[in-house]
Amino acid sequence: MKCILVLENGAVFQGESLGAAGTTNGELVFNTGMTGYQEILSDPSYAGQIVTFTYPLIGNYGINPQDHESRRIQVEGLVVRNSVDTPSNWRAETSLHQYLKENDIVGVQGIDTRAVTRALRTQGVMMSTITTEETAEAALLRLQNTPPYASRDMNQVVTTTEVYLWNRSSNAPLPIAPDAPRTETKRIALLDCGVKYNILRSLAQYECECVVYPCTATADEIMKCKPDGIVLSPGPGDPAHLGYVVNTVKQLIEKKPLLGICLGNQILGCAFGSKTYKLKFGHRGSNHPVKDLSTGRVYITSQNHGYAVDPDGLKDGMEVAYLNLNDGTVEGLRHKQLPVFSIQYHPEASPGPADSAYFFHEFIQSLK
Amino acid sequence: MPKDNTLNKVLVIGSGPIIIGQAAEFDYAGSQACRALREEGLQVVLMNSNPATIMTDADMADRIYIEPLNVEFATRVIEKERPDGLLPTLGGQTGLNLAIQLSEAGVLEKYKVRLLGTPLDAIRKAEDREEFRTLMRAIGEPVPESWIITHENQLTEPAASGIWPLIVRPAYTLGGTGGGIAHNREELYEIARRGLTLSMRHQVMVERYLAGWKEIEYEVMRDANDTAITVCNMENFDPMGVHTGDSIVIAPSQTLTDKEYQMLRTASLKIIRELGIEGGCNVQLSLDPNSFAYYIIEVNPRVSRSSALASKATGYPIARVAAKIAVGLRLDEIENAVTKRTLACFEPALDYCVVKIPRWPFDKFTSADKRITTQMKATGEVMAIDRTFESAFMKAIRSLEIGVYSLTNKTANLLSDMELEEAVRVPNDERIWAIAEAFRRGMAVEEVHGLSAVDPWFLRKLAAMVQLEMKLKTNGRALARLVKDEQAEELEQNHPLAVRLLREAKTIGYPDRMLAEFAEVPEMKLRAVRIRLGIVPAYKMVDTCAAEFEAATPYFYSCAEQEDES
Repeated sequence: MKCILVLENGAVFQGESLGAAGTTNGELVFNTGMTGYQEILSDPSYAGQIVTFTYPLIGNYGINPQDHESRRIQVEGLVVRNSVDTPSNWRAETSLHQYLKENDIVGVQGIDTRAVTRALRTQGVMMSTITTEETAEAALLRLQNTPPYASRDMNQVVTTTEVYLWNRSSNAPLPIAPDAPRTETKRIALLDCGVKYNILRSLAQYECECVVYPCTATADEIMKCKPDGIVLSPGPGDPAHLGYVVNTVKQLIEKKPLLGICLGNQILGCAFGSKTYKLKFGHRGSNHPVKDLSTGRVYITSQNHGYAVDPDGLKDGMEVAYLNLNDGTVEGLRHKQLPVFSIQYHPEASPGPADSAYFFHEFIQSLK
Repeated sequence: MPKDNTLNKVLVIGSGPIIIGQAAEFDYAGSQACRALREEGLQVVLMNSNPATIMTDADMADRIYIEPLNVEFATRVIEKERPDGLLPTLGGQTGLNLAIQLSEAGVLEKYKVRLLGTPLDAIRKAEDREEFRTLMRAIGEPVPESWIITHENQLTEPAASGIWPLIVRPAYTLGGTGGGIAHNREELYEIARRGLTLSMRHQVMVERYLAGWKEIEYEVMRDANDTAITVCNMENFDPMGVHTGDSIVIAPSQTLTDKEYQMLRTASLKIIRELGIEGGCNVQLSLDPNSFAYYIIEVNPRVSRSSALASKATGYPIARVAAKIAVGLRLDEIENAVTKRTLACFEPALDYCVVKIPRWPFDKFTSADKRITTQMKATGEVMAIDRTFESAFMKAIRSLEIGVYSLTNKTANLLSDMELEEAVRVPNDERIWAIAEAFRRGMAVEEVHGLSAVDPWFLRKLAAMVQLEMKLKTNGRALARLVKDEQAEELEQNHPLAVRLLREAKTIGYPDRMLAEFAEVPEMKLRAVRIRLGIVPAYKMVDTCAAEFEAATPYFYSCAEQEDES
C-alpha cells in the first residue's frame, strides 16, 4: 500500500505502508542506533514523536517478549528504509510489521532515511505526518493546523496512574498498599515522568525495590513510603511544562539522596535555578561521547533527548559534571555537598552501551 | 594528556612480503601510522623489506630502510638511528614478532628504545594461550574447554575428553597456518603434529569446536587514560569453523538484538581494559544462536587484518588513531578525520550495510583443495557498501572479478543434487552459488540451514534474491518489449510490469548485464532505457555518523535512493 511522509517544511517522501494503515502525526526525529528498535519503540520518551531510524535494515531480529521498555508502543509512528519481515533470532516471536499492525501503529518504509536525517540536521526537528489516506497537499494543510510538539504536557499521558512496586521478582508493575513493608533491603521512590523498565530492572539488581509514583505526586506522598533515595525518571516533552514536578523536587532536596536521569537531569537543573532550551535536532543514539569532568574519562552513552540544561544560572552548589564531546552541551550535574546528581543520558542502556551502569552503583552507595 | 614530548624519533616496522593473512592491509595501516606520527612533528624511521608498499615511498617517512626484518638488521638500524621509540603494533604479526625478539635480545634496553603503545606484557598475555585463558577466567569471561599442547604425548587428555569435534590452532602463526578441525583421534594426532612443526613456539591449542555458533568480531580502541570504544562489530556469514579471513563478513551485525550486541561489546571492552592495550585490538567471539551463551575465541592485541576492513567499513581510521594513542594522545584529543568537527572518541554509526567477500586463488591453483577451514586460504578480499544487504552482496560478487555477475554461476548449475548438497554443507569458495542453486532447485531455507548452519537471516535474503531472479527470467520478454519500445513516449504506462521489475531489480542491485541476458537484448540498450526511466544510482557519503554531523571527506557509495550527495 502506498504511504507518504510529509514534513512541516513541505517535503514529501513516497514510500510503502508499514504496520497499520491510516494517519499519524508527531515531531519527526532521528535515532542513529544500529540495534535497539524494540526498546526505542516502547520508550515513553518518544511519546508524541515519529522516529526515523538511520540504520536502513530494521526488523532484522524481530520482536521478543522480554525487551519492552514500557507497557506499550510509545512512538506515534516510524520511518524506515527497509523493514525486514523475515526476522532471525532465537527470542523473536513476531515480526516488526506484525507487531506494529497488531498495536495499530502507522509506519512507512522504503524512505530515503538518510535524506530525511539530513533535512532534520540542517533545518532542525519538525512536525510531520505519515498517511496512507490523504494526498500530500491535504496532509500538509492538516499538518499546518496540528498543535506543535512542545504545546502538550506529554508526561501526564505516559506516567503511571497508580502507585506501583518493582522488585527483583517483577516482570511488570506489582500493586502495592500505601504502607506495605519492604521486600528488599533498600527502597527507592521513583517519580515517573515516563520511566523505562530497565531503570527499574537495573535498580532491582542492586537489591533495591522501587515504589513508582505518578508525576503529579506530592513530596509528602512520596516521603510516605520512607524511601532511602529518590530517582527522577526520563520522559518526553518540553520540561518547561513541568513546573509542578520542579516544585515537588525542590521539597525533596536535602531529604534524601537524589538521582536524576535524562528529563530528571533537566528537572534538577531547573530546581537549582537553571533553564532548559531546545536542541536543533536533539541527541538520539547509542554512540554519544560524554566526558566526566572529574576524571577526564570518556564514556560512550545511550541518549534520547531534545532539550538541554543551560549551565548559566545554576546555583546553590549545583555544578556541571559531564559534557557532551560532540557539541559541548551539559550531560550531567553534581551537587558540591549534597548527594544530589543527575545525568542527561541513560545508565540503564536498553538500547545502547552499558558503560554508565556504574552510575546506579554510585547512587546506591550514597544511600544511607 | 598531550603528546609525549620526550619522543622525537620513532621506528616503525612494516610487515614484510605479502603472504596469506598479511597482505596490503598492513601497508595501509603502516602508511596511515607514518602520516599520523609526522603530523605530530615526529621523525619517522621506517623499516620494511617489501618494496611494493606505499609506506616505503620516499615521502612517507624521514628515513627508510629496505632491509630484512630480523633482529640482526633491526639492531643495526637502531644502532645507527637511535630512535626514542618503536611502534610494533602496526606491522602485523611479523612486525610484532620482531619487536618481541628485539626486546628479548635486550636490544631495546641497550639502546634505550621505548616500546610505544600496547606494552609487551599485554601482547604476551593476549597471545600466549594459557596466560590468556587464565586471565579470561579471572575476569569471568568464558573461554571454550581447551588444552595447550607442546608435545604429542599431551594429546591423550583431549582425545579422552569425549568432546568432538576439536579444533587445533598453532600459536604464533599467521592466518592460522597449520590448524584444522579433528573429528576423531586419528585426525587430532595428524593435525596437531603438523601444527607443532609450524608454530614458532612449538605450541598448539586443542579446543572445543563450536559447530554452528555465530562468529562475531569487535574492533576496539583504548587510550592510556582507560577510555575505550568499539569502532564496529562484524558478523560472519559462515558460522564457526571458517577462518574470518575466509569468511564472508557483514558489518554491522544483522541478527543480534541490542541485548546481545551490548553483551558482546561489554565483554570486548572489559578484555581490552584488562589486557591494558593502548591502541587497537580485535576481539573474536562466538555466540550460541539459541541462547545468550558466548565464548571468547581470540584477541589480536594490535592493528589486525580486520582493522583495514573495519576502517573502510566505518570511515574510522584505526591505524591512524592507534599511532596517535601510542605517542601519548587520548581519544578525546584526536580529531575525527572524516567529519573534522567531532573527535575520534565516539563510536561510528553506520547507515548502510557492508559486505566483504574473500577472493581465493583457486582459479590459478586449480588442483588445490578448495575446502575452506580454519587455515586461511584467501589471497585478497573485496568490500561493498550499499543501503541494503542484497545490493551490497551483489556489488561484492561483481567486484570479485571472477566472471560471475550475480547469484548464478555455471559450475554450481552443473552439479548433481548430491554434489550440490555437499557444496552447501562443506564450506568452499563457491558455496554462495551452491546455496543459490539449491534454492533454485526448490530446497527450503530450513534444509539449507540444516546443511550449512548459515543463519536463516542470510539464507532468506538469498532465497528472496533467487526468487526475484527467477521472476526476471520468466518475464524476460516483457523486459525485451520495454527495451524495444525505447523511443515511445509513455514507457511507464505502457510497460508497467517491466518497469516495476526493473526498479525492483535495481533496489537489490541486479546488474544490467544479467537483465539484458534475460531479455535477450544488448546491455547498452537496456541501460539506455533504464536511464531514460530515471532509474539511476544516487551516491551517499560514508561519514562515520549516519548524517548526524556534516562531514568533510568525500567517501561515497552508490545506491538506489532519492537524494544524491556527491
